[in-house]
Amino acid sequence: MEFYGLVDGTEISLRKFLQTLSGVDQIGAEARAAMLATRSIKTSAKNWAIDLAISMVDLTTLEGADTPGKVRALCNKAVRPDSTDSSVPSVGAICVYNDMVAIAREHLDSIGGSHVPVAAVSTAFPSGRASMAVKIQDTQDALDAGATEIDMVIDRGAFLSGQFQVVFDEIAKIRTLCGTKAHLKVILETGELVTYDNVRTASFIAMLAGADFIKTSTGKVSPAATPPVVLVMLEAVRDFHQLTNHKIGVKAAGGIRTTKDAIKQLVLVNETVGSQWLSPSLFRIGASALLNDLLMQRMKARDGFYPSPSYVSID
Amino acid sequence: MTDFDYAPALESRSIVTIESEYGHFINGEFVKGANHFPTINPSNEEVLSQISLGGAQDIDRAVASARVAFESTWSKMPGKERGKYLYRIARIMQERSREFAVLESLDNGKPIRESRDIDIPLACAHFFYHAGWADKLEFAGVGSSPRPLGVAGQIIPWNFPLLMLAWKIAPALAAGNTVVLKPAETTSLTALLFAQVCQQAELPAGVVNIVTGDGRTGSALVDHPGIDKIAFTGSTQVGKAIARAIAPTKKKATLELGGKAANIVFDDAPVDECVEGIVNGIFFNQGHVCCAGSRLIVQESIAEEIVSQLKVRMSKIRVGDPLDKNTDLGAINSAEQLSKITALTKSGEDEGAMRWSPECALPKKGFWFAPTVFTGVTQAHRIAQEEIFGPVLSVLTFRTPQEAIEKANNTPYGLSAGVWSEKGSRIHWASQQLKAGVIWANTFNKFDPTSPFGGYKESGWGREGGSHGLTAYLKSAEEGGNNE
Repeated sequence: MEFYGLVDGTEISLRKFLQTLSGVDQIGAEARAAMLATRSIKTSAKNWAIDLAISMVDLTTLEGADTPGKVRALCNKAVRPDSTDSSVPSVGAICVYNDMVAIAREHLDSIGGSHVPVAAVSTAFPSGRASMAVKIQDTQDALDAGATEIDMVIDRGAFLSGQFQVVFDEIAKIRTLCGTKAHLKVILETGELVTYDNVRTASFIAMLAGADFIKTSTGKVSPAATPPVVLVMLEAVRDFHQLTNHKIGVKAAGGIRTTKDAIKQLVLVNETVGSQWLSPSLFRIGASALLNDLLMQRMKARDGFYPSPSYVSID
Repeated sequence: MTDFDYAPALESRSIVTIESEYGHFINGEFVKGANHFPTINPSNEEVLSQISLGGAQDIDRAVASARVAFESTWSKMPGKERGKYLYRIARIMQERSREFAVLESLDNGKPIRESRDIDIPLACAHFFYHAGWADKLEFAGVGSSPRPLGVAGQIIPWNFPLLMLAWKIAPALAAGNTVVLKPAETTSLTALLFAQVCQQAELPAGVVNIVTGDGRTGSALVDHPGIDKIAFTGSTQVGKAIARAIAPTKKKATLELGGKAANIVFDDAPVDECVEGIVNGIFFNQGHVCCAGSRLIVQESIAEEIVSQLKVRMSKIRVGDPLDKNTDLGAINSAEQLSKITALTKSGEDEGAMRWSPECALPKKGFWFAPTVFTGVTQAHRIAQEEIFGPVLSVLTFRTPQEAIEKANNTPYGLSAGVWSEKGSRIHWASQQLKAGVIWANTFNKFDPTSPFGGYKESGWGREGGSHGLTAYLKSAEEGGNNE
């Protein structure tokens, strides 16, 4: 059934549905996230979490200065994050601007990395300030170039001015465009939505309109994937699952730089939605610097001491 | 591994030294007791040490030493100087906080996360806060030259051993009183470590005296003619006995007794944070909390949703070794308390309420009780009336705000209550109607030394904390008395 039978595509039905959502108490949500941050993950649990986190990384480069060479180098790293240790899993995906998609796809396939998907940021990323025609063309370009994951941004201006149906319609259109060819991740840019109530509302709009994943941030706005924001989104995903029996993924992107940060995110997942979500198909971490810290922690677990950063490749 | 199994993350117990035997702390020194009884680790029944059983003679010596210290030094000392000692004690406690946390978890059974993050920091905060009061007593609200009462006899419970010690000793000392404190029978160790801190801070001898023992020791303290004030935290039953015992005397008293707090959830509550607050309200410290939110009174229209989310959340509660940093629910403090909880929960089942606990493997040795919720509870059930003092929640429902308040107040207790709603006016209205000393809005079980704590009705007399608590250790110049 379209939109899970919860809304019918009209503004009135969307507003009605959103009214049923309970609010989020800021202090309570932050306290819960802070409590879960005290979990102490050691030894075997830590080793397991490091490998899982590596497999969830959407290895990202989103710079004006990106070149084919830089993207190819990143692809090599994505397939074999540690060239000295073949037991290290490949990352979850490569995430690039749409003009780099074809280069990334071709290179990945040529180095035995056909299992690594290419994600393209889309819909006038990062601001989302463009006409719908441009956003559709942007997405179509990425799909044509071989992207199997589309990371679109929502129109925060529309959201903040209360035009929830505009936000919904954009997502629904991009969903239709992606069809079965690509997974759709919807970026809420929580740093611009500011309140947890907004994060919860936007999460539901995205899920209802057909998102496969809801994603915190573009990485261009701070704060980004703070633990309480991710907590609130995971709770939304859990509630949506209870409502529809449909599992939506979550991608935490921006500001997650250390193994400790990443493990905190995995604890949030584990204790909010449960272990079913502890898989790259339902949880991703958008990052670039994080991967090297995970690799160094992995070497430390294997060798008993921290390697010099020179032993980890910079791309 | 498909599940995220947290490997054991044990806090090291090697940081703390436990003697094989302890005496009393009287007049600045440890003195050997005549008889001893064991104190055990409730999580595995290991004997930790032998504690002295204080008798009338020990109390007598302790009161005498407190009297001398009161008259010769402590009450004469300028407030600023007393404040320095309190600051020093607070700092040493902070420096030794890991020792205190580990010892508290060993002796009491509470999770290290709570002793480390709540009990010990709050205990330190009470000393810091009251240190600041010591030279400002004329602003406490009892006239321009307030005076201390004299020697305070203080009896504390086993649920927050060091924190309750701080609640008692810090205001007493700031106001210029000296004290004889009796820790609970099952949890004396952190009080004895505190005695070492007093020595380390070079607190004048006799200002703090600690006599360990059981109920008989406590009653010797209450009956001692040299005591000017009794401060007691514990059961309503013992509180009443104390009130009777001191009625014919001039002794003053503050009593912090039982509770059966209502946690009221309106239909516009923020669901996830509310569920979290319910969990903190009843499962914090194994429910061994006098102000625990043991009665969930939830609006019928959202009762199903709240209870179902609560069950999901309860299945994430980690029960186990108190020294594991990831433990949420530790051991029940004693076999006696466990049998009391077991008996009351059985009565809940017998009276027809629906019992539910998540699947959780409890350790074989030691005293354990799974987090439990009863639904379909009515006011007539024992589990809605009696204080269980364990991890057991009773869920009742209401239809109108008025009915919620009536049910909440329908108890002989009145220590605390919680209100959950996104509507500010409703929170204010409800908190004016509720007969409880502390009311939390959209949170539960939050404590601060500046905030007075205490109960209505059978939950006690007087307040502890804030200027209210301080005045319970002061009298105005006009009141006079035997210490002029």
